[in-house]
Amino acid sequence: MENRPLEYDYTVAKMFMLTTIIFGIVGMSIGVILAFELAFPGINTILGSGLAEYTNFSRLRPLHTDSVIFGFTISGVFATWYYVGQRVLKVSMAESSLLMFLGKLQFWIYILTVAAAVVSLFLGETTSKEYAEFEWPVDIAIVVVWVLWGVNMFGLIGLRREKSLYISVWYYIATFLGIAMLYLFNNMEVPTWLATSAAGETHIGDWFHSVSMYAGTNDALVQWWYGHNAVAFGFTVPIVAMVYYFLPKESGQAIYSYKLSLLSFWGLMFVYLWAGGHHLLFSTVPDWVQTMGSIFSIVLILPSWGSAINMLLTMKGEWQQVAASPLIKFMILGSTFYMFSTLEGPIQAIKSVNAIAHFTDWIVGHVHDGVLGWVGFMIMAGLYHMAPRVFKREIYSKSLMASQFWIQTLGVVLYFTSMWIAGITQGMMWRAHDQFGNLAYSFIDTVTVLHPYYAIRGVGGLLYLIGFVMFTYNIYKTMTAGKRLDSEPASASPMGA
Amino acid sequence: MFHWLEKNPFFFAVGVFAAIAFAGLVEIVPNFAEASRPVIGTAPYSTLELAGRQVYIKNSCNACHSQLIRPFKSETDRYGHYSLSGEYAYDRPFLWGSKRTGPDLHRVGNYRTTDWHENHMKDPAAIVPGSIMPKYTWMYTKMVDIDTAFAEQLTDAQFFAVPYNKPVPMKELDVDGKPKTKIVKMGKSIAEANAMALVEAKDIVKNMKDQDIKDAVNKRGEIPEIVALIAYLNSLK
Repeated sequence: MENRPLEYDYTVAKMFMLTTIIFGIVGMSIGVILAFELAFPGINTILGSGLAEYTNFSRLRPLHTDSVIFGFTISGVFATWYYVGQRVLKVSMAESSLLMFLGKLQFWIYILTVAAAVVSLFLGETTSKEYAEFEWPVDIAIVVVWVLWGVNMFGLIGLRREKSLYISVWYYIATFLGIAMLYLFNNMEVPTWLATSAAGETHIGDWFHSVSMYAGTNDALVQWWYGHNAVAFGFTVPIVAMVYYFLPKESGQAIYSYKLSLLSFWGLMFVYLWAGGHHLLFSTVPDWVQTMGSIFSIVLILPSWGSAINMLLTMKGEWQQVAASPLIKFMILGSTFYMFSTLEGPIQAIKSVNAIAHFTDWIVGHVHDGVLGWVGFMIMAGLYHMAPRVFKREIYSKSLMASQFWIQTLGVVLYFTSMWIAGITQGMMWRAHDQFGNLAYSFIDTVTVLHPYYAIRGVGGLLYLIGFVMFTYNIYKTMTAGKRLDSEPASASPMGA
Repeated sequence: MFHWLEKNPFFFAVGVFAAIAFAGLVEIVPNFAEASRPVIGTAPYSTLELAGRQVYIKNSCNACHSQLIRPFKSETDRYGHYSLSGEYAYDRPFLWGSKRTGPDLHRVGNYRTTDWHENHMKDPAAIVPGSIMPKYTWMYTKMVDIDTAFAEQLTDAQFFAVPYNKPVPMKELDVDGKPKTKIVKMGKSIAEANAMALVEAKDIVKNMKDQDIKDAVNKRGEIPEIVALIAYLNSLK
């Protein structure tokens, strides 16, 4: 093989970087609106009662979750794949006009899918299943996007010059397979226009409406097998792929332990899927499924911490970089939030804790210390690392990046601390009895008490959003006004240049 | 072995898939037949109730309200008997929810009335001071989609053997000590389905105060979303 580094083609990566940022702003802004609607319900009708249907909490809620998951995060996964994939496989997208075409096709179908998803959710066309709200036409479009990504991934792998798959590629493959399996099975539904009335009428009512293939408890079981593991394969697995690439590249340090990465990877693959049952503790699913969910959630600490410790120890002897580089800060704090979140989750999955935590804001807090602190930080760090190499310009402002880091960290801390207090307060109030054995509080008492925490959470979310806008500005200025680079910024391992 | 896998992407992918698919097979498959049997007293949804359920879903009521009463004294005190698996036999999709920003609704039909819902949905904070639930004013002017609810009933009956037009056992016993039965009827045509829903709606609006709603149903034969939603909520017992 020649010594000269390959010229990689980042056309598709750039397209997905753009959507990562746009959907990030959209999804997070909706999140902030929702947070303040809970604190100040008047905001539900902020555009007047005529438009209240579209600005109200319940209509916006799936738009928030789906735009940050399928918009921001999945775009981030695609963007980083189209950057990392080429580099660790040592093959350029430009070498195959077919893969390049499919990559662009994937992007444009993705854009159309997102547009259809947004419109349908605003109109209230939802299956009600969390993170699987889309009706069947959108589902089919999502499957097409995913298959195109898979074809591209395995196509690039087929053309690779580096025979051994780097750790990040393992995680990207797992992301592809995991989401494919989960999404297909959870979205099994029968379109209602297939039914025929006794009078022989067909295609009755809305053509896009459907009925879930599963009923009641089974539906719940499949949904939370999906819901929990969509978090696994959307918010954990691909983000670990990113940190395994970007941290060693940015710091010039080799991964601490190959064996630890093996243990964490295969451990995570096997253990994660069992834990879905912890969303259904004390429900009507069989007791043994609940217990398995609970136990495997505890076991899950091992592979999760394995990856996180591997990351932190990668910085061994080089901790001054954390002080010097805001980009390293994002990745190290991200890994720390990952450790934190993967300890908090198992604690909440213990039955006696879950009895208090379930249905409360503590769960919302848990989700957000993971997604804001880990997913958001890592995706932004990935894009910050990619920007100088993709646009061949220096990052516009390191000090802006540092201020962004502290503002967002403060935001995350405000978010999860307020939600801890809110969740535990509410959980305890729901179960409190007075000396006669009657319930001590009516439900509304447990709502009004949360007002200050909802307000603090809103501020936390707003700070995070402000940080994201700073990120956007910094990337924009890098693209347009950053100092031009003649050669790529130096970085070492993994796998050379 | 691992080094070999890392050089052979196909077998690597197969290995990953086996590792992740295993748990689903073990946890989900054995439960399917067991859990889908309805308990005595559970009947399919009528056309108007199903239309109301669609309104419930359309507005993501399940984002803030659960329909799952856990077997704790504090929950049975507050909401009634804890939930049983067979009670959900006709719930497609399930609506357990994952967050109680508002109270559980699985048995709301036992302790709230048509009148209460009518006023509450218009302005929740006026009925429950301090409530942070938004107003659902558009439900009073938008008409519900009976056609799609009817299509859903047909799908339920044709693809999932939901017993429409068939007797289902109830909890009450007749004079011979056998369970009484109930037949939930489904229309033969779109026109009949709409007519049946209107009959149900007329029954609901008897207990409503809003004259516009009463007129819509009784005079114009139209069914506002709120009427269907109330029919659904009243059916949750």
